[in-house]
Formats: sequence, structure tokens, C-alpha cells
Amino acid sequence: MLQWNVIGQFIFSGFVLQAAWTTLWISVVAQILGVILGLFIALMRMSRYPVLSSIARAYIWFFRGSPLLVQVLLLWDGLPRINPNLLLSDIVCVLVAFSLNEGAYMAEITRAGIASVDVGQMEAAKSLGMRYSLAMRRIVLPQAARVIVPPLGNEFNNMLKTTSIASVIGLAELTHFAQQFGSPTFAIFELLIVVTLYYLLMTTIWGYVQAWIENRLDPNRSTKVELQEKSWASRMLGFGSQAQAGR
Amino acid sequence: MALQETSTGVMVRAEQIVKSFGSLTVLNGVDLAVKRGQVVVIIGPSGSGKTTLLRCLNHLEKIDSGRIYIEDELMGYREVDGRLVEDKEANIARIRAQVGFVFQRFNLFPHKTALENVMEAPVHVLHRPPREVREQALDLLAKVGLAEKADVYPHKLSGGQQQRVAIARALAMNPKLMLFDEATSALDPELVGDVLKVMRQLAEEGMTMVVVTHEMGFARDVADHVIFMDKAQIVEQGPPRQLLEASVNERTRGFLRQL
Repeated sequence: MLQWNVIGQFIFSGFVLQAAWTTLWISVVAQILGVILGLFIALMRMSRYPVLSSIARAYIWFFRGSPLLVQVLLLWDGLPRINPNLLLSDIVCVLVAFSLNEGAYMAEITRAGIASVDVGQMEAAKSLGMRYSLAMRRIVLPQAARVIVPPLGNEFNNMLKTTSIASVIGLAELTHFAQQFGSPTFAIFELLIVVTLYYLLMTTIWGYVQAWIENRLDPNRSTKVELQEKSWASRMLGFGSQAQAGR
Repeated sequence: MALQETSTGVMVRAEQIVKSFGSLTVLNGVDLAVKRGQVVVIIGPSGSGKTTLLRCLNHLEKIDSGRIYIEDELMGYREVDGRLVEDKEANIARIRAQVGFVFQRFNLFPHKTALENVMEAPVHVLHRPPREVREQALDLLAKVGLAEKADVYPHKLSGGQQQRVAIARALAMNPKLMLFDEATSALDPELVGDVLKVMRQLAEEGMTMVVVTHEMGFARDVADHVIFMDKAQIVEQGPPRQLLEASVNERTRGFLRQL
């Protein structure tokens, strides 16, 4: 029989709010670090210097090819065996593992985004005297963002849930909270329901945020002068009617 | 052709350019000289190497051998112990900033308005004050007949309008040389005229131009010098009337007959 009172007792308790906050900020920080890392790995991967692209390739191969749980444990249990000074705190361990892992996925997403931008854009930027880095920053990446953002949103949705892996090394996030309070009270099921609701709440809110961001990036939204399209001047000069013909 | 000019009168000098893509040689020992203020038009069948030659001039393509000078400056390379090594990126960018390039497919920045497209490089490459650049950009848009499209994004413009914005964008850098790569080839026929008109006006104002085109009328009326390329080489060159109307070269005549 479901103990409703346990759910009621915990659902707005300070413990669960604290755990939810931990889940949220770890997700945000790991995702941000993953995006930054992913950008650099992607640029390395596309570099014309074979050493850089090989390093990037190996990185992606390793972090996408092995389980995140194993990567966390490698850092947590493995590093101190190499050198006792490398005993990381649980938070640091989780952030490092999650960021490195996310960096590999973001690298592939970012690479696909950059590759989706027509090469003519980079050429046009260069022909105007821009260097590679400036052209990337001002011309290519803003356009790549349109392609990167939707999968990035999915990555963050995943990240919110993947943080549950941190429970295995005892980090006080949502899943760990359920285990910690569920075992002694024999109400693990009830507490899992509580944390599930929290996960659902966070991913649902994120879904709305994601939709809003994607809508903002929609190119069809960006028109400042719709009404002037058929001004008398453009009609007189004879190209107002062709305004829709391009592309 | 005459290379005995004083070096200051020569804007572009290309010597023995060789370029291949894999086993395909697209430029096989091409020489080119463009004097300041001159309009040189390059014609020839598809695959003759004319677009590649133009792209080599501002180092959008690397060359296998030969030398390209933009006003006495070696483009894209520097000499180390008699060998050519690719130049530093900053140097290449500095020379490119003085050379306008107009692409067949316009390549406007789709995430920026017409005005922002024109302002982008003067502000972020030359670091000129935005307010001053804005004035100049609006003047340039007016010059190409698009004053009222300043705040419009490229996808709302016709091909001809996009190309004219692209020309304004190149002019905003105050280039000393303009390169046109089949600037009207991707346009619907009724839109070609507006773009050619802008190019004619530029030529009349004394801009040094190298123009790759299929528009024979433009070549006849505007060019000071016409070059016919075929099979990776310059076959014939000379004043437009001589080359377009009185050529004795079999290949030139054959090409012109097909048009």
C-alpha cells in the first residue's frame, strides 16, 4: 500500500529541494563546460593539422565509446590508486566526468552545425579581410547555432536525468536523496515517486524554454521591414514585386 | 603584354600561375597584368580556369607555382631561401581587405540585414567607428539602388538585390581592386541589368576591376582589355573590339560563335 503521507511529508521538504537544486546546478555547470569543451574539440577535429584532429578524434572515441558510469568510477576510484593526492571530492569528480563526457557529444553536434554552414560564408568573410577566428565568431558560429541549439536542448534534457549517476558515489542529488531516505523508512517507492515528479518538473520547464529559444532562432522571424516592402519608391523603381523571388 | 610600365601603375601581376586539383590542371602557366584603373574582362567556356584564376588572385585558392602580386606585394606567400611558403594569416587578411570580391552566389550573411552586411567588415576588420561606417554604408546602399532595403534580411531580397548588396559590402572596405566572379550568372535574366548597371558605374568611376563573365555586351562596352581562356590557358587577349569582333584565332571564334 502506497504511503501517501510519506509523499506528502517529503515532497516540499528542505531535503528534496536541496537535492533538486544540486541536480539542477550540476546539470547547468556540466552542460556549459561541455558546450565550451565541445566547441574546442570540434574546431580541433576540423583542424588541418593532423596532430590536433587526431587528438580530438581519440577524445571523442574514448568518451562516446565507454559508459559515463564507468568514467565517473575511473575518476573516483581509479585516480587515487595512481596517486593518493588525486582523490577528488564527489562534486569535482562528477563535474569533471560529466563535462568531459558531454564535451565529446557536443563536439560532434558542433561539428555538424559548423559543417552545415555554406563554405561560401567563410570565403565571403575572408574576402573581406577577416581572419579565421573572427569569421568563425561573427559569421559562421551564429549561423551554426541554429543547427546546434535543438540537439543541445536534448543534451541538456538528458543531462538533467543523467545526473542520477552521481548517486553511486554518494553525491546528494535527487536519486541519492530517494535512496538515502527511502531505505531506513521502507518507503523507497514513495520517495522515487517524489524525485520522479521533480525530474519531470525540470524537464518539462526546460521543454518550454527550449521551444522559446528555437523560436527566437527561427530565420523567418527576423524581418524588420515587412510593411515597407511595397512602398511607392520600390514600386516606382521596379523591384518591390520581386522581393520574394530570392532563394 | 606590356609589363614595362612603372611598377606603381600595375595593380595586379600574375606570373606563370599553375594550379591543379588532383590530377586535373586548371591553370597551366597563366600570366596576367592589370593596370590601375583598368577593367579586364575574362571570358571562356566553363572549366577553362577563369574562376579559379580569379580566386587565386585573393588567395581563396592556393597556387602550385608562380607568383601573384597585388601592387608589388606578393599575395599569399613569402619567399624563404628562394622557395615560396604560405604567408601568415594576418598578412593575407590585410591584403584581402583591400581587394573586393563579388561571388556568383552572393554569399551575403543571412543572419544580418543588408545594412549590417555592409557594415560588418569596416567595423570589425578596420575597427572604424560604427556611426561613421553606418553613414557610408547607407550611401553605398543608395548608390546600388537599395536605400530602402537597409533593414531587410537577405532572404527577403531578390537575387539581383542580394548581389547589389554584396557589391556594396565589398565597396565598404574602400578596395583598390574589385574582382567579380560571374556576378550575374546565378540571376534571372530580368535581374541581370541592375547588377551590370552598378558594375558599369563603378568602371566609369575608375575602379580597377577584373571581371569573369558571360555577358559579352558588358565586355564589349566596358572592358579595356579582354582575355579569352580555354583549357587552363590564356588563348588570346586584346582590346574588346579586336578580340570579340575581329579575332583570327580558331578557338576564340569557335567560342564566340556558340554564344
